[in-house]
Amino acid sequence: MQLKESFAGTLESGDIHVRLMPSPTPGLTIHLESSVACQFGDQIRRVIAETLAELGIDSAEVNATDKGALDCTIRARVTAAAVRATGKDVWAD
Amino acid sequence: MSSISQRAPLAEKAAEQLNKTVSHPETSVKNPTPRMELQKASPKLVTLDEAIRRSGLKDGMTISFHHHFRGGDKVVNLVVGRLAEMGFKDLHLAASSLSDVHAPLIEHIENGVITRISTSGLRGQLADRISRGLMKEPVIFRSHGGRGSAIASGDLHIDVAFLGASSADPLGNACGYSRSENAKSICGSLGYALPDAQYADKVVILTDDLVDYPNTPCSISERQVDYVVEIDSVGDSSKISSGAIRDSKNPRDILLAQKAAKVIINSGYFNDGFSIQTGTGGASLAAVKYIRQSMIDRGIKASFALGGITAHMVRLHEEGLIERLIDVQSFDKVAAESLKSDMMHKEVSANEYASADEPGSAVHYLDMVILSALEVDVNFNVNVLVGSDGIIRGAIGGHPDTAADSALSIIVCPLLRGRIPCVVDEVTTLITPGSSVDVIVTEYGIAVNPRRPELAGRLRAAGLDVTEITALRDKALSIIGTPAALPFGDRVVGVVMNRDGNVLDVIRNIAD
Repeated sequence: MQLKESFAGTLESGDIHVRLMPSPTPGLTIHLESSVACQFGDQIRRVIAETLAELGIDSAEVNATDKGALDCTIRARVTAAAVRATGKDVWAD
Repeated sequence: MSSISQRAPLAEKAAEQLNKTVSHPETSVKNPTPRMELQKASPKLVTLDEAIRRSGLKDGMTISFHHHFRGGDKVVNLVVGRLAEMGFKDLHLAASSLSDVHAPLIEHIENGVITRISTSGLRGQLADRISRGLMKEPVIFRSHGGRGSAIASGDLHIDVAFLGASSADPLGNACGYSRSENAKSICGSLGYALPDAQYADKVVILTDDLVDYPNTPCSISERQVDYVVEIDSVGDSSKISSGAIRDSKNPRDILLAQKAAKVIINSGYFNDGFSIQTGTGGASLAAVKYIRQSMIDRGIKASFALGGITAHMVRLHEEGLIERLIDVQSFDKVAAESLKSDMMHKEVSANEYASADEPGSAVHYLDMVILSALEVDVNFNVNVLVGSDGIIRGAIGGHPDTAADSALSIIVCPLLRGRIPCVVDEVTTLITPGSSVDVIVTEYGIAVNPRRPELAGRLRAAGLDVTEITALRDKALSIIGTPAALPFGDRVVGVVMNRDGNVLDVIRNIAD
């Protein structure tokens, strides 16, 4: 799927800022910075990957800066970034 | 035998019997200098370097400080910086607390100037580095009451106390405020400095407003003071209400405060003559606002409010709803000004405030205390010192003292902070034991310690959402998932002392 660079979210406490970019190599690369990396880093990566997979994106570079967002917030921000990156409005379908 | 000279042999004999000599006052010379001039030549009035030299401070000794300027403190960095320049090593820094502003201590620890620390709390970069193993010796953490007891008992012996004061005269009469027109700073109560002033071997007062003798009424008496040093600034008063203290506009804090107020009102302790303390933290501070109307409606007045006194408390006092304020630490400028001008607003030392071994300490006569928490666990234990990431980020304060000795302790905390759970299986560090905690208020429900079934009954009867503490933990986990274990190392970077002087818990280093 063609991606154009896009982002969603903020750097507010409880939110996550997700930047989605086309990847030069196949597969998903996730760079995560998180205030709760120790306790929740793996869980956050998994939610990002699962959300993108559900949207049919299997190749992308993700830069995420997390400020303690809950899973529902992470899914919403990743989805919003993906909609902007693909131009495909998943909410409209 | 009627003349002095005739009585001389008898005086000699009397002196011999008393093991004294006979005085010859005819040789003494009166000093005719006008006293406004004389006091400026007070032998106590010296430079900082001179005070340090004359105090007899040596490598390995203990120096102490108070934290009444909180985030605005300028004394610790100034004095320790000068001690470093003078070549001192291996000092034990015993502060009543330390905060973000004390990051320059990192360098002095790295250079061996400071090798041991005792404090109530640590924040910011200094806390971060110590959590990761900066110091060889673990930091000793004590509650405010525990520190007072340790100083009085000799467990914490202070060689030289360096105490900032907003005014002092050349003889050492000192206050946390100034009545002169040159006042530069104000911190109000000097409660945490009073044990140091009483028990330290040498006491140095640093002041940014050297006033004429006599600086009365005063907090610290000249009798306890060895040296007085004039400096540019002891602290930035505008930063007193920084750090842990916030007047919250956060809707969740307001919700929590309103819930806490309902718990207070229906607890069975909300009766005429009750006494109350609030801890730091937006919700616990704000709870006072919401009991005000009920006090008016029911014609209830409080006999005293204790603790960290805030503008809210001062307002209720001025409205006649709280008879007396007992102030170990003024949490904002309004409180500091009130302490200065209001007779019924009394300053007390840490010992009079919260020591377990002081039968008359105010906490023993406290009906209710509203406190915050970083974490509470299913056994009602509370942690206010170490973050859920294993990094030290708080202060014990009077938390365990007030929880243990009050009739009713109420902990107010949100279920989650971001993704960090505040109700957990086991606290990261044990600070206030569950045996002294009665009620936990969260936005998802109120848990009452099973030790207090009568309290649970009263709150239920009032229609409050009383639930099991385990239900709150499960709710938190259902929202955030299960956190991974923290990467603790095997070194001990902190020791938490119980208020009885024994060890309660230890803090391990966090591995990078």
